[in-house]
Amino acid sequence: MPAHPDSAPAGVIHDIGYRHYDGDRLGRAAITRALFWHSLRGAYGLGRSARSKILPMSLFAIMCIPAFIIAVIANVGALNLSDLPLPYERYVITTQGVLTIFLAAQAPQSVSRDLRFKTVPLYFSRPLERVDYIGAKFAAMSAAMFILIGVPLLIMYIGALLAEFSVVTHSREVAVALLGAAVFAIVLSGIGLLIASMTPRRGFGVAAIITVLALSYGAVTSLQGILRYAQNDPTAAGWLGLFSPVTLVDGLQMWVFDTTSSAVAPPPGTVGGIGFVLVTFVLIGACWGLLNLRYRKVSI
Amino acid sequence: MAVIRTEELTKRFPGVTALDGLSIDIAPGVIGLVGANGAGKSTLIKILLGIAPATSGRAMMLDLDVVTDGSRIREQVGYMPEHDCLPADVSATEFVVHMARMSGLPANAARERTADTLRHVGLYEERYRPIGGYSTGMKQRVKLAQALVHDPQIVLLDEPTNGLDPVGRDEMLGLIRRIRTDFGISVLVTSHLLGELERISDHVVVIDGGRLLRSSSTSEFTRTSRTLVVEVTDQVEAVAAALTDAGAKVERDRRLLAVELSDDADYDLIRSTVARLGVGLIRLEQRRHHIVEVFGT
Repeated sequence: MPAHPDSAPAGVIHDIGYRHYDGDRLGRAAITRALFWHSLRGAYGLGRSARSKILPMSLFAIMCIPAFIIAVIANVGALNLSDLPLPYERYVITTQGVLTIFLAAQAPQSVSRDLRFKTVPLYFSRPLERVDYIGAKFAAMSAAMFILIGVPLLIMYIGALLAEFSVVTHSREVAVALLGAAVFAIVLSGIGLLIASMTPRRGFGVAAIITVLALSYGAVTSLQGILRYAQNDPTAAGWLGLFSPVTLVDGLQMWVFDTTSSAVAPPPGTVGGIGFVLVTFVLIGACWGLLNLRYRKVSI
Repeated sequence: MAVIRTEELTKRFPGVTALDGLSIDIAPGVIGLVGANGAGKSTLIKILLGIAPATSGRAMMLDLDVVTDGSRIREQVGYMPEHDCLPADVSATEFVVHMARMSGLPANAARERTADTLRHVGLYEERYRPIGGYSTGMKQRVKLAQALVHDPQIVLLDEPTNGLDPVGRDEMLGLIRRIRTDFGISVLVTSHLLGELERISDHVVVIDGGRLLRSSSTSEFTRTSRTLVVEVTDQVEAVAAALTDAGAKVERDRRLLAVELSDDADYDLIRSTVARLGVGLIRLEQRRHHIVEVFGT
């Protein structure tokens, strides 16, 4: 039956010759990788409308500007600096507001849309398994956060090299900070994605993520201040650091890598340090487990 | 090759048995799966896709075991859900390309097949606009496209005519028939209306309460269910008697008469009988079957 695409009525399948597909069908691993790249690009608005690029790209720029300024300051001969004005490992705590907003905006973008529009069943009716979907989303969000933190650190590092600071020291310090950045990225992504996956309403997800992160940091640091300085109890103050993701990873970073810290109270002693490391891993594991539980409820 | 085969397939939830010892063996073609809401159709689809485990029994799709080869089955199967499932802020092309890649197609193949498939389902310039602005019919076509884009061997369509007006329903049924005849892809269609499935299916499976009521090729069904519904203004008894005298098989259901259609001359018979008796003819239509009737046969 001949058919003219322009004049035929809607709803007709046109017999232009259906071609079967005999090519490659890639397996779960390749599909998961494709979803990873798709989600990572989506976190920065790539491959989507211009409007969805504005926020993530602006936040990325805002993250880089202070680093850029630090790099420039280090190179201004007149100041005669022998080191960076801000150590690498403190950059996260200093810029955590920007990180929080990025996570709050982009974690829902990654997972809430699929839940709200009920697209998830379409994924699960494909070779992809639940763990692949969650794994790809988790890895992509972590990678996106890592880039957000890592690039400014590299900018500072380049500034330090140009200012002819000690190459050995700074290479070690930036490597340590990047490791810390990776842990931050994974912890924050886990929390952000978990919260976002709980509600198909994007707005709630955004607000909830900001609230959880900002509130926990504010509450913990205020209480820490009171305990440490008013009550003179640095140990208890140190343990409180477990209750905010930012102070948690900052504490881990401080104890494992022996770095400086902006924290009000560090993890108390060796026991504290080990505790902080354990809790970090438990937190990551809990986020992963709860995400799996949440997506088990999704059915076709 | 049996495209779908189950052996004593059972699925129990606390408090309800969704499938009860279902055993079917179905050759390639268009398969109509009929059952009331809650009869077990969606549960069967989930088990066939390998995404929900059965309580007992076996199921095979395309000669692959759903328990051990779920991933491979889903490479070869397309699924079109009953509910809305399309994101509003991407275009049809973007969405179907992404779904093609999620089915395992490499990037280039995904783009080519998306272009082809969207053409086949009848989406042209619209394909570049965000899906949010589409009409219901267009959205149905996108849903169908994402089920077909990876060239599956069989597509599972869950209540594809739900919510469509009669014209849309006919178009969708025609589309489904052509997927089989033009593309060579088997189709499993679920519905709670037997009548519409009869027209396009090669094989009909009827389930109720998780149990198999009937599994037979369509010709067997259509022989027994070509019935006309006649509604007249007055003298229902007289009309029924006159038709029976003329040799037609008539059943009465209060104001309606069900006349079994043995050949096209029966239409003329009904018309002349009604005219002779001087009553008004309100309705003369093919009876649309509902699952309830199968209990009586």
